[in-house]
Amino acid sequence: MDGATSTDGGVLLAAAVLLPFVAMLLGMVVGGRQVQRVALAVMPVGLAVAVGTADAWLDGSGPVVYLLGGWAPPLGIALRADGAAVAMLLAVAVVVCGIGVYARSDFATPRGSAETRTSYSYWLLLLAVWGSLNLVFVSSDLFTLYVALELLTFAGVPLVCLAGSGETLRAALRYLLFALCGSVLYLLGAVLLYGGYGTLDIPLLAGRVGAEPIAWTALALMTVGLLAKTALFPLHLWLPPAHGGAPAAASAVLSALVIKGSWFLVVRLWFDVMPGVVTPSAAQLLGALGAGAILFGNAVALRQVRLKMLVAYSTVAQIGYLFLMFPLAYDTAAGRIADGLAYSGGLMHAISHAGAKSAMFMAAGSIYSALGHDRIADLAGVARALPVSTFAFALGGISLVGLPPAGGFLAKWWLLSAAVGGAQWWWALVLLVGGLLTATYLFAVLSRALRVPPAPLVVREPVARSRELATLTLALASVLLGLVALLDLRSLAGA
Amino acid sequence: MSVETVFALAACALVGIGLYGLIAQPHPLRKLVAFNVMGTGVFVLFGALARRGAAAGLAADPVPQALLITAIVVAFAATAMTVALLLRLIESTDSASLAAEPPADDVGPR
Repeated sequence: MDGATSTDGGVLLAAAVLLPFVAMLLGMVVGGRQVQRVALAVMPVGLAVAVGTADAWLDGSGPVVYLLGGWAPPLGIALRADGAAVAMLLAVAVVVCGIGVYARSDFATPRGSAETRTSYSYWLLLLAVWGSLNLVFVSSDLFTLYVALELLTFAGVPLVCLAGSGETLRAALRYLLFALCGSVLYLLGAVLLYGGYGTLDIPLLAGRVGAEPIAWTALALMTVGLLAKTALFPLHLWLPPAHGGAPAAASAVLSALVIKGSWFLVVRLWFDVMPGVVTPSAAQLLGALGAGAILFGNAVALRQVRLKMLVAYSTVAQIGYLFLMFPLAYDTAAGRIADGLAYSGGLMHAISHAGAKSAMFMAAGSIYSALGHDRIADLAGVARALPVSTFAFALGGISLVGLPPAGGFLAKWWLLSAAVGGAQWWWALVLLVGGLLTATYLFAVLSRALRVPPAPLVVREPVARSRELATLTLALASVLLGLVALLDLRSLAGA
Repeated sequence: MSVETVFALAACALVGIGLYGLIAQPHPLRKLVAFNVMGTGVFVLFGALARRGAAAGLAADPVPQALLITAIVVAFAATAMTVALLLRLIESTDSASLAAEPPADDVGPR
C-alpha cells in the first residue's frame, strides 16, 4: 500500500494548496492596489509549482504523496496526487493565469483612486478558488475534501454577485442554497462511511469498502449532493443566471473551474473509493442525466437572446459530457468501474472545456464591453471590429463541438471508442447529436458576427491587446490539447 | 433499545425534516433554518457514532468529535454567509423572494 511515506516532490502538493491561500491573506492585509500585484505575482509561481508536481509525478512510479506532519493515515492526513490530479492542477494553473491577465484591466485600481470593493474581492476570491481547487485535487481524505468543497463554495458564491445587483444577489443565494444542501448530503455520506468502516482515508477506505447497503447509501447521498453542486441536469437551475450574470472574468472562473471541483470528487468516489460498489444501473442513470443535460442544455442554448446566457447554457450541456464517462467506464465482466478510455476521455473533456469555456466567456465579455450589449441578433460586424476575440470564441466553440485537432475532439473520440468497445451504442448517439446541436448554436453566433452591419459598428471602448491575447491563448491551448494524442498514452488513467 | 439507536433514529428524523423543509419551503430564511436542522441531524449521527469507540475499551472515539467541531464551524460560516446575502438581497430589492423576474435575463443592459 502506498502512502506510508512522503515521496520526492511531495512538499510541492502542500505548496500548491498553501501558496494561493497565503497570497490571499497577504492581499487581504495589504489591500488597495497591492492586491492585484500580489495575485498576479503569485500566479507564475503557482504555475511553476504545478509544473514541478507534474515533473515529480513523471519521475516517480506512483502518485506523489505528502504526509502532513509526517503522520501516516489512519492517524494522520495525506495529500496524494495521481495522474488525474496532476493534470487538473496543471490545467487550473494555466487557466487561472490566463484569467488573471484578462481581468487585469477589469479589476484594476488606478493610481491615486481608492480601492473598490469589487476589485478587492475579485482578486482575493480568485486566489481562494484556486487554493480550494488544488486542495480538492490533492486531498486523500473524505473529510478534508468536504472542507475543500465548502471553501470552493464560499469563494464561488460571492463571485456570482460581484456586481451587487438584485438579480445577481438572487442568483448567488440560489446557488448557495443548492450548494449547502449538496454539502450536507455529502457530509452525511462521509459520516456513514466512517461509521461503517472506521476511516476516511481514500486508499484505506477503498480496501475496506464492500458492496453492501451502507456503502450504497453513502455513495448515493454523496453523489446526489455533488450533482447539485456540479449543476447536472435536472439540478442545473441555479447555474445559468449565476454564470450568465456575473462579470465575464468571474463567469470564466465559475464555469471553467469551480464546477469541475465537485465533478472531480464524484470521479474520485466512483473510480478510487468505491469502484466495486457501483451498480450498472446506477452508472447508466448517471449517464442518462448527462444525456439529458446535453440535449436540454444545447436546445435551450439555441433559444438564447444574449451571448453570455448562451455560453452559460452551453456549460449546462457540457457538464453532461463529463458524466457520460461513468456508464462507459463500467466493466460488465468485472462488475466494477475501471480506468480506461472512458476515464481519459472524461478527464480530457474536463480540461479542454476549462480552456474553451473560459476563452468563450472572456470573448463574450470583451464583446459586451466593446459594444455595450451582447444581444446575439445585433452582433453583425463584430468579427471585423474585434477579430481576435471573435476568433478565440470560434476556436473555443470548435473545441466544444469536437472538431480535430481540438482537445474536445480527442475527448469525444475516446468516449466514442469506449461506447463502441463496450457495446453501448446509445451513448455514441448522444455524443454525436450533442456535437451537432453545439455546432448549430456556434454557427448561429458566428454567422451573425461575420455579417456586414447595416450601419457602421460603434465600438464604445477598445479592448486591450493583453485581454485579447489572454483569451486567444486559452482558446488555442484548448484546441491544441488534442495533439497530446501524439504523445505516449501511458496516459493519465494509471493511478 | 440502546442509547445509540435512539440517537440514530433522532438523527434520521432531523435529516428528514430538514431535507423536506429545504425543498418545500419557499422562503430563503426557512430554507436556511431547514439546512441547520438537517446539519444538526448529521452532527447527532456523528456524535452517536463516536460512542462506538467504547467497544474498544475507550471512553469514546475521539476522531468524530474532532471532525464534528470542524463541521459545526463550517455550517456556522455557511449560515452567516447566507444571512448576509439575504440581507443584501432584501436591501436592494425589498423582497426576499428567490423567484426570478421573468424578462430580466432576456434583454437589456446589465
